[in-house]
Amino acid sequence: MTLLSVDNLSVSLRGREIFRDVSFDIAPGEFVGLIGPNGAGKTTLMRAALGLIGAAGQSSLAALSASDRARQAAWMPQAREIAWPVTVEALVALGRLPHGGGRPADHAAIVAAIERMALAELQQRTATRLSGGEQARALIARALAQETPLLMADEPTAGLDPAHQISTMEVFADLAAAGQGVLLSLHDLGLAARHCTRLLLLAEGRLLADGPPEAVLTPDLLARAFHITAHHAQTPDGPVFQPLSVIR
Amino acid sequence: MTRLFAVLATLVILLALAALMVGPADAGLAASLRALLGEGGPLVLVMQEIRLPRMMLGLMIGASLGLSGAALQGYLRNPLAEPGLIGISSSAALGAVIAIQTGLAAAFALALPLMALAFALLAVVILLALSGTRRGDTLTLILAGIAISATSGALTQLVLNLSPNPFATSEIVFWLMGSLADRSMTHVALAAPFMGLGFLLMAGLGRSLDALTLGEDAAESMGVNLTRLRLRVVIGTACVVGAGTAVAGAIGFIGLVVPHLLRPFTGHRPGPLLWASALGGAAMLLAADVAVRVTLPDRDLKLGVLTALVGAPFFLHLIWRNRRARA
Repeated sequence: MTLLSVDNLSVSLRGREIFRDVSFDIAPGEFVGLIGPNGAGKTTLMRAALGLIGAAGQSSLAALSASDRARQAAWMPQAREIAWPVTVEALVALGRLPHGGGRPADHAAIVAAIERMALAELQQRTATRLSGGEQARALIARALAQETPLLMADEPTAGLDPAHQISTMEVFADLAAAGQGVLLSLHDLGLAARHCTRLLLLAEGRLLADGPPEAVLTPDLLARAFHITAHHAQTPDGPVFQPLSVIR
Repeated sequence: MTRLFAVLATLVILLALAALMVGPADAGLAASLRALLGEGGPLVLVMQEIRLPRMMLGLMIGASLGLSGAALQGYLRNPLAEPGLIGISSSAALGAVIAIQTGLAAAFALALPLMALAFALLAVVILLALSGTRRGDTLTLILAGIAISATSGALTQLVLNLSPNPFATSEIVFWLMGSLADRSMTHVALAAPFMGLGFLLMAGLGRSLDALTLGEDAAESMGVNLTRLRLRVVIGTACVVGAGTAVAGAIGFIGLVVPHLLRPFTGHRPGPLLWASALGGAAMLLAADVAVRVTLPDRDLKLGVLTALVGAPFFLHLIWRNRRARA
């Protein structure tokens, strides 16, 4: 069983090819990090997989009707928009719209999502007046409240302090451990190395590598895709990854 | 939320009754209501042919302005949006002005609203052709609306400028101010189908507009069809505003101020704001129409003048209060 099946997906925008023939599956229990340099097309790949932009090839999510897709996958875009000064609780409750809203199960999902993202103290605050990191956590909680088998998020940890970066990654890891699937785009390779069960490396207009972190974050691939060297070691405290220098 | 609904609904009912009571023919509440049902001589004519259509138009147009203002603000995610923004009201006004100027309106009573409706339809066709149905392109919609407004405004000015007939000119100027005086059941019947269609299109948009709080990408991923949403907001607004302008002229500020005023009471959520604004708009327009009849009964103070006169300073006050709250 797979939660997302992408087959030979190719996207060209305004005559420029972004990537071609990308194929991968995501199964329950997987916590997948999508990595790649700026402009590699990580956001475009996720939006195409969801069917939000046109693409050649197949994606199991894009084939669903809009309402079925909304119950299969939650999507947190990179642009953290909150258009109106609603409370954090009302913001998180928006995640229940695809399910109808207003039922006891909806309330339970909202409470659980607020709890998971440690937002209980902020829930009556106005979302637009929170700091950027707090807003990001509220928007992650919104996506969690959607309670979909697959969760997709674009740079969800950007702008969070270290403690919240780690705890957010742990929330995603817990979801995966409980049988959901998670697909995140990430720039922080250290977080990716420590928490993800699998990495997808998008570079050079294609999927350059797909596998567990230690198989993807190799000196060769890092040099090709990111033009960097890095220190990557297995320690008693788990894997440690630190970028070191730029290869010119 | 139930309390807000109860308060607004009560307000609308009271103001509707007041709108039926106020007028030169002095009659008590009981006599007026009996006359409305057809008992009591000459008062029957006054109630059924003059005050009832006036009250119904006030109710319909006020609700239309409130609903479409809230829908547009929610769709554009901009509290500055108002129904006039997309250019329909100014094109409908242009149609009416041409009907007055050419003498069509004098020759055939319904020529004016029909011409106004035709021009509103033309404007919405141009608007959709210009701004397309492309998802996410709200800027083009606003720019196309401004262009249509400006063109209609300029053509209206041109008609006034070149008008050889001072009586037609003054009639145009007064018509443009907006009024509910001397309208008949025919006007109600003419506006009702368009307004009904507009309400059908816009009343069910609450959940989509709520989802749009998170931006277009997130809303679409939650199952909102952005193209359909855009068409429903634009065509719905065009229906209600075109029909309203056709029968009553341009009445400003209600579609802007009412959603603003009620937004805090709905927790700033654009969905519940739709019906709240519809009720609030009806209440405000009925109140304004009662006010023009009470304050200057002999001078025929125009409704549009009053709504702008009261609406603009009130809007300033709202901005001032919001600014302080934000600081």
